[in-house]
Amino acid sequence: MDLFEYQARDVFEKHGVPVLAGAVATTPEEARAAAETIGAKSGGVTVVKAQVKTGGRGKAGGVKVAKSTDEAEQLAGQILGMDIKGHTVHQVMIAQGAQIAEEYYFSILLDRTNRTYLAMCSKEGGMDIEQLAVERPEALARIAVDPNVGIDAAKAQEIVDAAGFDAETGAKIAPVLETLWKVYRDEDATLVEVNPLVKDNDGNIVALDGKVTLDENAEFRHEDHAALEDKAAADPLEAKAKEKGLNYVKLDGEVGIIGNGAGLVMSTLDVVAYAGEAHGVKPANFLDIGGGANAQVMADGLDVILGDEQVRSVFVNVFGGITACDEVANGIKGALEILGDHATKPLVVRLDGNNVDAGRAILNELNHPLVTQVDTMDGAAAKAAELAASK
Amino acid sequence: MSIYLNADSKIIVQGMTGGMGSKHTALMLDAGSNIVGGVNARKAGTTAEIGGKELPVFGSVKEAMEATGANVSVAFVPPAFAKDAAIEAIDAEIPLLVVITEGIPVRDTAEFYNYAASKDGKKTRIIGPNCPGIITPEESLAGITPHTIAGKGPIGLVSKSGTLTYQMMYELRDYGFTTAIGIGGDPIIGTTHIDALEAFEADPETKAIVMIGEIGGDAEERAAAYIKEHVTKPVVGYVAGFTAPEGKTMGHAGAIVSGSSGTAQAKKEALEAAGVKVGKTPSETAELMREIMRSL
Repeated sequence: MDLFEYQARDVFEKHGVPVLAGAVATTPEEARAAAETIGAKSGGVTVVKAQVKTGGRGKAGGVKVAKSTDEAEQLAGQILGMDIKGHTVHQVMIAQGAQIAEEYYFSILLDRTNRTYLAMCSKEGGMDIEQLAVERPEALARIAVDPNVGIDAAKAQEIVDAAGFDAETGAKIAPVLETLWKVYRDEDATLVEVNPLVKDNDGNIVALDGKVTLDENAEFRHEDHAALEDKAAADPLEAKAKEKGLNYVKLDGEVGIIGNGAGLVMSTLDVVAYAGEAHGVKPANFLDIGGGANAQVMADGLDVILGDEQVRSVFVNVFGGITACDEVANGIKGALEILGDHATKPLVVRLDGNNVDAGRAILNELNHPLVTQVDTMDGAAAKAAELAASK
Repeated sequence: MSIYLNADSKIIVQGMTGGMGSKHTALMLDAGSNIVGGVNARKAGTTAEIGGKELPVFGSVKEAMEATGANVSVAFVPPAFAKDAAIEAIDAEIPLLVVITEGIPVRDTAEFYNYAASKDGKKTRIIGPNCPGIITPEESLAGITPHTIAGKGPIGLVSKSGTLTYQMMYELRDYGFTTAIGIGGDPIIGTTHIDALEAFEADPETKAIVMIGEIGGDAEERAAAYIKEHVTKPVVGYVAGFTAPEGKTMGHAGAIVSGSSGTAQAKKEALEAAGVKVGKTPSETAELMREIMRSL
């Protein structure tokens, strides 16, 4: 889960990372009120920053300096509602104005390749770090961090030395890196990025903009993380699926997909996409119902998919591993009973694996007008694409 | 022959008395696995009757190993306790630890993986987490792969995905497998494609290898580079997730395209550049393998 900048700021503050005052606002009036309080700390100057989970908002005009509360209100009015790379701005952060002397870069992230963590640090902050990494890789220090040791004083010193900071600046930055490590570890983050990390005119180090990604698998030990979720932005069907405990991703297409196992479902989407080329149709979603393909889970899954108005056919692709195909067939049968008249789109079902003959026999006997059985995955994908195109 | 697991493997189950653990212990016994006991500190000294067999329950992995000579542990432990279970197995120096559990925080896996890697001498090989485990058909199963799908044969299989492992074993059941290993779909895993490729290359019974990958990370690209340099046996590949949108996690915690990295297309191209034939669908991949088997 990616956090908004203002959420990252709050998390930083909680762990003692130096940040400037900031508050979130959803209306120009709220922005004005926030600017009154926050601007008092910086001679009336505030920065109005669009809160969107994408980069390049500065270039898009989503970050503006306000010299008065009137101006803050007016700028918030301009920025709220803006579209930045497909993200609508629903919130702005009113931040204290900063006197920036120098801009740096720092991040900690998961290094999948080396199965460890990686700290990256540069004296050249503020710009797009991917660009810096390509154009001037020598300017970006990369230091491996042992997950069981983390960034202690020695590691922080190693990082600032590798980045080429002078002794005085390095001594000021190193303790900040230690607190950013605490954010990374204690919040179960998979990314903590500060860009820019700045030195102000008084020589203080401040995290001016932050990006934090939290590990959703760790939510069981962070009760406060659920509140950070951006429920407003979630696709309504994705939100509904999540409520029912289903692993669903909405896509833009006509063939609904239900399958068991993440790999098989990803593969099913691909096979449908190939089959759909001839018919001008695409997969409508990812939905993994996992091992337990009982009637209720199947009905919940179908209910979500049929809620997508674009869907014109549904492909149920199940390989019976532990779950036997007769259980899956009974699940489909039960789901159709639960849904009743609500089930309106043709279903192409491909069952294979454990107890496949019994499973297919159950569906043959059911002889439901909406259900077509096809024995192979490729054949079933072609049938589902054809049905989606003809409706 | 096989890799990592054979008829002589003595298996203990961490979390054997739990719901998942007892169900799959029974299925592993059905598959012919030599299950010698389970671990549950609160039930130490008791026995559990599973699949018609009376299995001893030990207080720790170390005790279980001392009493039974176990050399494999399969962990069915809930995510919150998985790290402690893994550390316990690593401290006991068990040669092979298979972590089935899905949903372990990546920090916990990073910590126990690096803990295992830091040990001198007797290191524990970890398979998983979030994986179906490993099966050497007709000999032993350490995991949840249905043993009825396919029998023994000349093909080695390594896959990130459980159900695609099953699907591919089913497609190629006419040939059968030396060993099929599901390495798991998390961002950090103990045994990689490269580890399995190296082991299959060294296994005289394995004549050809199927490698199944999916979006996220660069494990497939690195495996491709490894194949080019070190693998002489024919390899066919399959990659899932061509239609996955950027920035969305597709079921597996590690299955995510970030920016332009981790795409299925890049993985396919890297594998093809290494001489690996890559199928567009699981069936086509199986057909590519059949062509190779007919030519051997």
